[in-house]
Amino acid sequence: MNIPQEYKELTWQGLWKNNPGLVQLLGLCPLLAVTSTVVNALGLGLATLFVLMCSNATVSLIQKWVPKEIRIPIFVLIIAAFVTCVQLLMNAFAFSLYESLGIFLPLIVTNCAIIGRAEAYASKNPVKQASFDGFMMGMGFLFVLLALGAVREVLGQGTLFDGADLLLGQWASNLRIEIFALDNQFLLAILPPGAFIAMGFLIAAKNVIDTKIAEKQPKVQDEHIERVRVNFDS
Amino acid sequence: MAYWIASSPHDHQQSKTSALMRLVIYATIPGIFAQWYFFGWGNLIHISIAITTALVSEFFILSLREKNIRSQLFDGSAILTAILLGISLPALAPWWISVLGSLFAIAIVKQLYGGLGHNVFNPAMAAYVMLLISFPVQMTSWQPPLSLMALELDFYNTVSVIFTHYTQQGYSVEQLQMHVDGFTMATPLDTLKTSITLGKTVEESLQTPVIGEHFGVGWQWINAAFLAGGLLLIAKRAISWITPVTFLFTLFVCTFIAFLLSPDTNASTMFHWLNGATMLGAFFILTDPVSGATSTKGRIIFAALAGFLVFVIRKFGGYPDAVAFSVLLCNMAAPLIDQYTRPRTYGHK
Repeated sequence: MNIPQEYKELTWQGLWKNNPGLVQLLGLCPLLAVTSTVVNALGLGLATLFVLMCSNATVSLIQKWVPKEIRIPIFVLIIAAFVTCVQLLMNAFAFSLYESLGIFLPLIVTNCAIIGRAEAYASKNPVKQASFDGFMMGMGFLFVLLALGAVREVLGQGTLFDGADLLLGQWASNLRIEIFALDNQFLLAILPPGAFIAMGFLIAAKNVIDTKIAEKQPKVQDEHIERVRVNFDS
Repeated sequence: MAYWIASSPHDHQQSKTSALMRLVIYATIPGIFAQWYFFGWGNLIHISIAITTALVSEFFILSLREKNIRSQLFDGSAILTAILLGISLPALAPWWISVLGSLFAIAIVKQLYGGLGHNVFNPAMAAYVMLLISFPVQMTSWQPPLSLMALELDFYNTVSVIFTHYTQQGYSVEQLQMHVDGFTMATPLDTLKTSITLGKTVEESLQTPVIGEHFGVGWQWINAAFLAGGLLLIAKRAISWITPVTFLFTLFVCTFIAFLLSPDTNASTMFHWLNGATMLGAFFILTDPVSGATSTKGRIIFAALAGFLVFVIRKFGGYPDAVAFSVLLCNMAAPLIDQYTRPRTYGHK
């Protein structure tokens, strides 16, 4: 399969090198606030992914007609329109999840990761690349949310996928895994400070992996410039 | 002959960190002894669990950070943190409370911020607050003084309660907290807070066996013992007298004004001084040279802020005692205080 280099680069940037959660540290507010369980994280991650893709595509489509001076309000309007769509859809089809996400669902509008991508990438690139970039950035954000949600849910309640039926329907209640039974919840992991601490550890883990990779790369030898003395006298 | 030019301060104190730490550890002994005398073996067991965990986790982190293990592991700072944490835990808390607490104190609060001398927060108090907000039930399972307990509690039973939640005869922690008359007992500060919420006056609420004739059975002597240990530290010049004196004075001013305004809803100064962690906080926690303010003026502001916060949280807050919370809040304020109280260099304006 022949994937153009451009798309490979976009994937690498979105999922790892320029990950919105771990490297750009954008959209931390929902990232830290709703990741107390995997299911909440998944719900918000999917919503953000959808909004990011749609807004990137739209921004890229209309880039020729947007006056430079008022581009930010226009981007915000576009994003807000898609967030409203997501909000109404979730209200209709996943009401309990809609309730547990609460204010953080409409707050996707203010997620800097989305407006950042619209400004930095989508408004300058063709629609195909822009929507692909939105998809990959959204996936990167979703993975960070899931990792954080999993860590906090296991530490806090000892379970995984608790309440999956809120998002996926009745059959999903079987997905709930009880890793270990706790007599009492470890509240710190569920409360916001735990989110900050876990996030710090995730970023540290990413940095460790990056340094390990960098160490393994063969070192590029510095090219020595040989100076030749030219003696004109001789 | 070459002159060695050193930068200020020129008056060096030659004692090392470990010697200072050892002195502070010795100074806690009277308080620990009073705790043992009035409340039994619980805190001693917690202190030993905490020291073990602290040393193990310090060892692991130091080897991860490729530091000199031998000199830093036994400089006494980890042991002191563990002792302070063990003192402040409820005597009948389960064993994993002190394990988690000292692990958090050493690994996260101390070493992740850069080790001894770089921690922003006081490790023992940060760990205590972490435990208090994470495990409210276990962290409020205070044991009544031995003289008031309906059941006998010897060393083996205490070990058994801490590790299995039950004594060898099968009594649970909840049963151990019962008074002879069959009601659960709390600390004096907690009792006072609950009774005042129920609409009693201070004088009425002090009429319980937990408080006894003066300010709290056992608690008054524990605080007095920590005061004695603290005075020893001041006499040995290990800590400056400014911090504890300012702290206690501010607490005195606040409680005195409140008491004058409304004696029915405010306990007396002596009650505040001799209950909870007041003396431990004044002499052993607030005087932490790393996480506190540096200059004399800064220390005065730092300690006064702590005293005021202790009063405010004890009076209006949701938790009965406040020393840990106010110490953490003051730790956050310490860099700002230092910024504004920088001593004037001679010759500069």
